[in-house]
Parts: sequence; C-alpha cells; structure tokens
Amino acid sequence: MSGKLFVSGDEAVALAVRQTKPHVIAAYPITPQTIVVERLSDFVEDGSLESQYLYVESEHSAMCACLGASAIGARTFTATSSQGLLYMVEGLHYASGSRFPIVMMNANRSLAAPWSIYNDQRDSLSELECGWIQLYAENAQEAYDTILQAYRIAEDPKVMLPVMVNLDGFVLTHTYELIQTAEQEKVDAYIPYRDFCNKLDLDQPKATCITAGPPYNMEFRYQQHQATLCAAETIREADREFGEKFGRSYGGLVETYRCEDAEAILVTLGSVAGTVRCVVDAYREAGKKVGLLKIRCMRPFPAKEAAAALKGAKAVGVLEKDVSFGFEGVVHTNVNSALKEWNVTVPTANYVGGLGGRSISKEDIGGIFDALLSGNLNGSEAAFVNLRRDICGA
Amino acid sequence: MTEIRWHGRGGLGAFTAARLLGAAVSLHEGKYALAFPSFGPERRGAPVFAYTRIDSSPITDRSEVTACDCAVVLDDTLFGDPVKSGLKPGATVIINTTKPKEDFQINGAQVVTVDATGLALEILGRPITNVPLLGALAAATGITAVQSVEAAIDDQLAPKIREKNKILLNKTYQLVKEAQ
Repeated sequence: MSGKLFVSGDEAVALAVRQTKPHVIAAYPITPQTIVVERLSDFVEDGSLESQYLYVESEHSAMCACLGASAIGARTFTATSSQGLLYMVEGLHYASGSRFPIVMMNANRSLAAPWSIYNDQRDSLSELECGWIQLYAENAQEAYDTILQAYRIAEDPKVMLPVMVNLDGFVLTHTYELIQTAEQEKVDAYIPYRDFCNKLDLDQPKATCITAGPPYNMEFRYQQHQATLCAAETIREADREFGEKFGRSYGGLVETYRCEDAEAILVTLGSVAGTVRCVVDAYREAGKKVGLLKIRCMRPFPAKEAAAALKGAKAVGVLEKDVSFGFEGVVHTNVNSALKEWNVTVPTANYVGGLGGRSISKEDIGGIFDALLSGNLNGSEAAFVNLRRDICGA
Repeated sequence: MTEIRWHGRGGLGAFTAARLLGAAVSLHEGKYALAFPSFGPERRGAPVFAYTRIDSSPITDRSEVTACDCAVVLDDTLFGDPVKSGLKPGATVIINTTKPKEDFQINGAQVVTVDATGLALEILGRPITNVPLLGALAAATGITAVQSVEAAIDDQLAPKIREKNKILLNKTYQLVKEAQ
C-alpha cells in the first residue's frame, strides 16, 4: 500500500483517512472538499475501507452523527468547508466540550456574502474559539501526514479533543503533486485504537453531553482549557515520533525557515508558506536577511515558539487570509499577544491577502519583505495586499 | 522550472493532460511536478486553463503561473490573446488544428500544429485530444519522454482506454517528429 502517488490534496486526505480506519464516517459534500467524501465512499463501496459511511442530509447532521459515534468510543471522521463548517458550529462546541476526539478535514474557503467558492481562511479562523485543535497544511504530503498525526493527538488520553485539519481550498485541495504514502503496519502502530475514558458503557455507566450549572460549569471549562494547553506537548511529541517512524516531520506547532539571523520575518500559515519560501531563498541569495515562520497549529497557539523565533528580528510581518472586521487579522492579534506575553519587543505589521481567492504573487511577498527591511511599516492598520484601489474608493 | 499552460474547453480533458504530464515526469522521470486546473466552477464548453509545473527539486511555489515555456491549445477556436500572452521568450505553442501553421503567428514563439482531433477520431472514435497533444508535446519540446507518458496512461487512465490511447500517443509523436 505504501509508495509514491501523484494525487490532489483532497485525495491525499482520503488516502490517509482510509489508513486510519475510522469506524464511522459521516459527511456532506461541499466544494472544494467534495473529492474527499467521494473517494471515501468509493473505498467503503469497493471494500478497501471497512467503515460505516453515513450519507447525512447536512453538515449539522454530519457533526451530530460523529458526536453520537464518538460517544460510544468509535473513531470518527468528517470533512467540510466554509458554509458547511458554519452550519455545524453548534456541534463543534458539543464535540470539544464533551471531549470527543473527532477528526475533521476543512477545505479553507471564503464565507458568504458575497458568495464565493474560492480560497481564504475566514471559515476556520472565525472558529478559533470553538475548542478544536486547529492544524494547517502547506502541501499534499503534509496534509496526508497531518491526518495521521491528528488521530494520535486527538485520542491521547491527556488531550481527548477534536482536531480540525485545514487545507487551502483549490490551491491545495485541487492541485496534484507527488506524495509518499505510509506502510499500513506502521500507521497501525502509530495510531492504535484506544479505549476512550469518557465512552458510554453499560458496565461502567457515565453521563456525557450533560448539563452543568454554576457549581460545576467553570471546572469543566478550566479542564478543557488545560487539556488544550497540554495538547501542545502532545502535538510536538506526535510530530517527533512521526519523524522517527516515517522520516518526515514539520517542527511540531511551528516551522522556522531561515529565521536564525533574519532581520525581517514573515509569519503565515497554509499553502502560501510555500510561496514565501521561494521568496526567502531569492532574497537570501541577494544577501537580504529574511525568514519565514510557518504556524502549523493555531489552537493551542504556539506563543512560546513564536516569541522565540521572532525575538531577534528587527521587523515582523503577519500575512493572513482573513480579517476581523473593525480590528485586524486574527493571526496578527495572536502573534502580538504572544510577543507581549514573552516580553519580546519588535515592530509588527499586518498584511491581509488572498481574500476570496485573490492571488498572492511572489512580487507581493517581495514587497512585504522590502517594507519590513526598510522599516517603513504601515502603522497600526492592516494593509490589504493587492487591493484594487480604483474600484473600491480606497 | 518548466511551466506548461493548457488551453481547453470544459469537458475536453485539458486538466487530464496537465495531470498525466505531471504523473509522467514525477512518477517515471524522478522529477517533481504540480498539476492544477484554473480554480473555480466547472462549465462544459467554457474556456478553461490547466497548468503543469515541473522542476528537478520539490516545488513550493503556489502562486499563479504568469509566463510559460509551452502552451498547448486543444481547440483552435481558442487561439487569441490568452494564448499569445504570458509566454517566456522562445516558448513553444502547440495547436490542435487542420489549418496551416501560417495562420497562427506569434512573435518570439515557435508554433507547432497537429490535427489531433482527426487522429483521435481515427483511433479512438472520439474527439478526445489530450493524449495525442501529449505526444506532440513530447516530440516538439522533449519536456517528457513518450515512454513516461505511456507509463502514466497505465497508472492514471481506465484499463479499457489505455491501449488505444498509447497507439494514438505514439502515432502523434511520430507525425510531429517527422514534420520537424
């Protein structure tokens, strides 16, 4: 089963999910995630994956079916995107609050209105507070590997939290590239089925999805928060162990690329990190000291890693495909908070780009590095990259 | 980095060509490739683009292709500014047509014409021109070897259409080679 394949990001996810052998898959198709659920239903049909595939009528039902299955200790998978993610939000909070280790792939896509099927990250980044661990992949190989890691993280008894694996819509989901798949025995050994400590059990009755009033509610929240913080170490361990077993690893929660002596560092997440790498290499060749900090995990937020990576820089930019209207990009807010927490003083600037599928070119990224190197930052306001100023009165 | 742009219409198989080329060079020539369609809704008959990026080391660049080394046109009614622009100096433009090469003038580019539709009708009985145009690409540019495309056809296409497509591939390759 292991070998080299030329597949799309969506197919890489489906192939990885097949190897994780979920007991239950419940999903509703939505562009650009559709290929994932099509392939998985093919696998169940052709017998190469033994799983209960539930053809549900909505994303809300998909999440609820996963909740029910996870409650009896089953390994579950679902996938969605954009409007579908929003439609299941109520269930997202039930999943994290009930500590169900559901794994979900989200194809990052813009939100209506105006309607758009193209890529940005406003869907998942608007759900940072729903209690899910959020991981972002840069390429199809990392997407495949991150699905395998996601079950290792979610089902860790110290964690027991749902994990969302994010792939940029189209840019990753619909681009074909080379991946190396893993041997099934190694996957089985890396993510053996576990007995969930909170499962419904007739012999050892426990309540789940319960009511908790003022005397207990805070304590549930505190424990959930602690488990999410504690997940950071599990994510690091899972990636380290993955590296030992499979020969590929991604730095845990963040990856630093040529940051050591960098004067200007650009922080970003998802597939655009790959394009930033090209620009970093070109600038380094021209003698300009620039670097990339790729955030792989948004929750728990890698505050310590981000502060450590950025502390030597003279200027930091945050490039992200979202904006919290009336303030700034949420990744920028998180990075600034981390720097403050760890007493790192460095000027930062926010760049909002790629909304609704707008391209981010190497020249755009070069322009950001030029501004950071010259110290000519845009002040407190987020800069919109590649904005058509002539048509929007800006 | 070698960049190929495919011009087709929804349903003609331009993206399959982009993907077959990517599979040929990455699975059978030890190179790296990205193959992707123009993103968005799919509409049968509407002009579409597809792209293949090829390099000897892993490709991390996810930005749009702005200039290509080779453009392949699956339907000659698509010939126009989108074909003539965004070409690197000395680019090759391969056009599926029955018209003479002189009808397609592009400054600074080498034009290659082939009647891929005629060959596809003769061998497949259907006007599916992506595989013969891969043969033309292999012959005109050497970006991939015809054996690698044959192997990619075995990996990627349904068993019942493989053999006829390989015959079509080789016939187009020979024709374009002889015309050079």
